[in-house]
Amino acid sequence: MMTGLILHASAIGLLLTGIYAIAARRHLMRNILGLAVLESGANLLLVAIGYRQGGHAPILVAGQTPGPMVDPIPQALVLTAIVIGFGVLALALALVVRVKENYGTLDNREVAERLRAESREARS
Amino acid sequence: MRRHYPQHRVIRPMGHQGNHGRLAASALFLAGLGLLLFNLVASIPFGHAPLHVGRAILERASGETGADNIVTAILLGYRGLDTLGEVTILFTAAAAAGMVLASAGRGQAQGEDAGFIFRTAAWMLFPFLLVVGAYIIIHGHLTPGGGFQGGAILAAAFFTPLLASPASPFNHRVATLVEGFAGLAFIVIGLLGMLGGGQFLTQLFGKGAPGALFSAGSLPVLYLAIGLKVGSELAGLMASVFGGKEKA
Repeated sequence: MMTGLILHASAIGLLLTGIYAIAARRHLMRNILGLAVLESGANLLLVAIGYRQGGHAPILVAGQTPGPMVDPIPQALVLTAIVIGFGVLALALALVVRVKENYGTLDNREVAERLRAESREARS
Repeated sequence: MRRHYPQHRVIRPMGHQGNHGRLAASALFLAGLGLLLFNLVASIPFGHAPLHVGRAILERASGETGADNIVTAILLGYRGLDTLGEVTILFTAAAAAGMVLASAGRGQAQGEDAGFIFRTAAWMLFPFLLVVGAYIIIHGHLTPGGGFQGGAILAAAFFTPLLASPASPFNHRVATLVEGFAGLAFIVIGLLGMLGGGQFLTQLFGKGAPGALFSAGSLPVLYLAIGLKVGSELAGLMASVFGGKEKA
């Protein structure tokens, strides 16, 4: 019971920390780190939900009678989520590299202001 | 007309220009979301997963797909088409990242050489990483691991020398070729399954003896394709970020 509470609380805590870092922080690298933390929180939550008391990894071993196994579906989903999370992270980091080269700053509000100013200039 | 911006402006900390409202709003939102999630999770007692579909899959997966690793059975046997989509997403992300970085006029090696010890150690690691990666890919239907995990290790084998020395050779053309053919192989295996009147990705070969290396029909071949694709994709992505000498 206690383990479950700790696991769920830490997973949800990670989720909320990630969302906070994305929404309230201004540094782009911190936004991206927040995205990574958010992902791990979601993955941990999914795997924790699929846990069964005394369950084994869902892999059959030749010559052994299978005992109780954990739910394999969240594990397959999390495997997918990790792979896609990697792709999103790589793309985000590549974009940050370009932002830094173009604007010389990683402050997301400042970048947004400059983008607005540039589009105003382009219109006028 | 381009305005000139001062470079490297200091980032001011939060809360300087009346950001308290925004902060309070985020705190409120986070508290609400946390409460919602906690209530949702509390409805599933820990350690007693409901196992609606899971139980059926645990009982039947090995007999239906021939794979001992049930996660692999789900990933390739039951939702192989989704996995093809997943690989496509990874490909799109890698291609987009490469495009974004390539337009910056890169291509030449960046960064400094890490020295003789690192370079030698990286090349000594290379064969072992290759073997471990290949093992994990090939045994994906029997033991923990599979194409994605083994592919990441394969990518590490090619990428570690680049980290040690940006001047290490990396052949982007070969990486692209391997990636393309691996993706093609996945689709061709799927289409071959349709020849016999079945659906996309119908098993091609027999299920074989449980626990044998050549079992589980076409799942190991599919995982091999995924492993090669993921490995070459990740290695190419890392190489495009960190440079790496183009070998003609």
